[in-house]
Amino acid sequence: MHSARVVLLGPQRLHRTLNQAVESLGIHGTVAAVTAGWEEREDEDQEMREHLGGRSVNLRIWERAEDVMARDPELARALRERSDRLREQHELYRLRLSHSIEAAREMLRREPTPGREEMLAAERAGAIEAVRDLDAFHLRRVALIHREFEADWSPSERDAVADHRRDLASVLDACQCVCVAGGHVVALLHRLRLFDVLPLFGARPIVAWSAGAMALGQRVVLFHDSPPQGQGAAELHEEGLGAYTGLLPFPHAKKRLLLHDKRRIALLARRFAPDTCAALDPLTRMDWDGANWHGAPGTLRLHEDGILVQAGAA
Amino acid sequence: MSATLVQDIERHARLGPWALEAWLAGRQFPVVEGRTVTFVFRGAVDEVKLRHWIHGLATALPFHNVPGSDLWFLAIDVPEGSRLEYKLEVVTGNDHRLIQDPLNPNVASDPYGVNSVVHGTGYQEPEWSLPDPEARPGEIVEQTITSKSLGDRPIQVYLPARFRRSRRYPLLVMHDGEDYVRYASLKTSLDNLIHRLEIPSMVVALIQSRDRLREYADDPRHADFLVRDLVPQLESSFPLVGKPSARGLGGASFGAVASLAAAWRYQGFFDRLLLQSGSFAFTDIGPHDRGPVFDPVVRFVNGFRRNPGQPAAQLYVSCGVYESLIYYNRSLVPLLERAGLDVKYREAYDGHNWENWRDRLREGLSWLFPGPLWMVYE
Repeated sequence: MHSARVVLLGPQRLHRTLNQAVESLGIHGTVAAVTAGWEEREDEDQEMREHLGGRSVNLRIWERAEDVMARDPELARALRERSDRLREQHELYRLRLSHSIEAAREMLRREPTPGREEMLAAERAGAIEAVRDLDAFHLRRVALIHREFEADWSPSERDAVADHRRDLASVLDACQCVCVAGGHVVALLHRLRLFDVLPLFGARPIVAWSAGAMALGQRVVLFHDSPPQGQGAAELHEEGLGAYTGLLPFPHAKKRLLLHDKRRIALLARRFAPDTCAALDPLTRMDWDGANWHGAPGTLRLHEDGILVQAGAA
Repeated sequence: MSATLVQDIERHARLGPWALEAWLAGRQFPVVEGRTVTFVFRGAVDEVKLRHWIHGLATALPFHNVPGSDLWFLAIDVPEGSRLEYKLEVVTGNDHRLIQDPLNPNVASDPYGVNSVVHGTGYQEPEWSLPDPEARPGEIVEQTITSKSLGDRPIQVYLPARFRRSRRYPLLVMHDGEDYVRYASLKTSLDNLIHRLEIPSMVVALIQSRDRLREYADDPRHADFLVRDLVPQLESSFPLVGKPSARGLGGASFGAVASLAAAWRYQGFFDRLLLQSGSFAFTDIGPHDRGPVFDPVVRFVNGFRRNPGQPAAQLYVSCGVYESLIYYNRSLVPLLERAGLDVKYREAYDGHNWENWRDRLREGLSWLFPGPLWMVYE
């Protein structure tokens, strides 16, 4: 477990608060930047560098992973096979989830018969528990695929990866904190995991937003309430890096979630309890001190009653 | 039409022109109340008719005159969520004029002009088709395609925002593409849907024909142009994925015929088809009654229906229920499904027009080319 401070911010594209967050941590020196979620646009970090006053150094995680693939074709092949296994595992999960989530939604839609409220309440709890069980099962299945891959291939010990890890450690030596930007959450997570970066970050504070915030948690939840196709059921994708506990970030919540729909909000909050489901919209901020979360004013969390309340409050 | 509205119309008409003028001034027409749409016209004319393109209704519906006044009205029943394009035919003596509804500011344009539009209860112009200041705009560039079959053709190519040569993009070829941009907000919709991650960043070739009724009607030269000239030249000019699964072909009306016909002639080349209000006329027996321009279309569709093959892996088919083509499109769907193709079919309470085609773009494009919505959080 990473024991240092973690700050999660709202999306940064239109409302930049990153530099302010870094300054608030008392950091005035070099900042390591991870923009691997931007994939092949990883190096287009000019605006962020300017925003940080030119003191950031990009860890080039995407580029390093590409280099590993080129230098170690065996490992590259194994990574592709793992991706295929993961894809199929997710497809099977989605199939089961579509049914169990619909059952839970139906239970929440249903009105109780007067005098027999307890009956429906128990069925609702059972339906939500079934979704939680499925999520937990899926999480174990995906973790098993990753464990088997680690056991078979020990990527950290392979030359190409080890070389980059040594170089990353050296670059990080000069950095006082790490910023992790958003983008493609799985691309980001898998590349960070390939280089086993968390031990390299050490006790440096981490500031992350959007997919960066998601990848650093214990569980990565993909979500959108009104996609153009499909029923819009949030999916528990896999374990994250575990830099913090107790919180699930929902970036762009105003755009991606139907925040006025109390049933959907209640289902999300109950499904992922006891974690706090935090709505990370622009200008919001959650601070992890290694033990507790503190929400900046205006940062909201999804409550089990289906409403939004100030995050970090009891 | 509600009794109250009729009474109001008649009462103000009886009070005289000034009272009527004042009453009309504060109102938006046509009036939509539930499923009833009431059209109103003022003028010293002999007849007023509603001219529309709703298959199933009489082509011209006469307005009623309020006795002793120059006020005319017509109420019709319209399903919720409908969108109707129309004109008014105003008759004075032997003079027949087709005009836009003077009391309705809502209009829709197409290559033939401008129509008045009324929206039934529940219809909403899709917000993803309107400019979004947060969406990064793509760019449209000019290109000339050299073709042995059709001669050199100027086309336009939509490049997504943050286009990079180091990436590989899917390709969609849109028949009447410039019209799609002009009349169906295609560029704005692409910008927005890409920004919202509902479709991937993609390259869209916007092709036009000056002889579309011939070239789009299963003309083998057109299919050759697409497969032998257009796509190879685009793949050498732009960083495209270059695989059937990342190639789409689409269009409306005869453009849909051209899409299906080319995909049928070159099976396995385009895996994704967007077919909107396709003019898929066919005959089970005897001749068709749609005129000689449809002869090659009917020949193609009859042949296709006998042996559909595998023109594409995935097809999005849409049609308006107010179109005469609805029968052809409806009967195409089970045929495609029997052939084992993955089909999504959508009907809308709309006609054969660009805004109908615009309104289906989100669903069609995101079905054929799903974006990274679930994976990307920027």
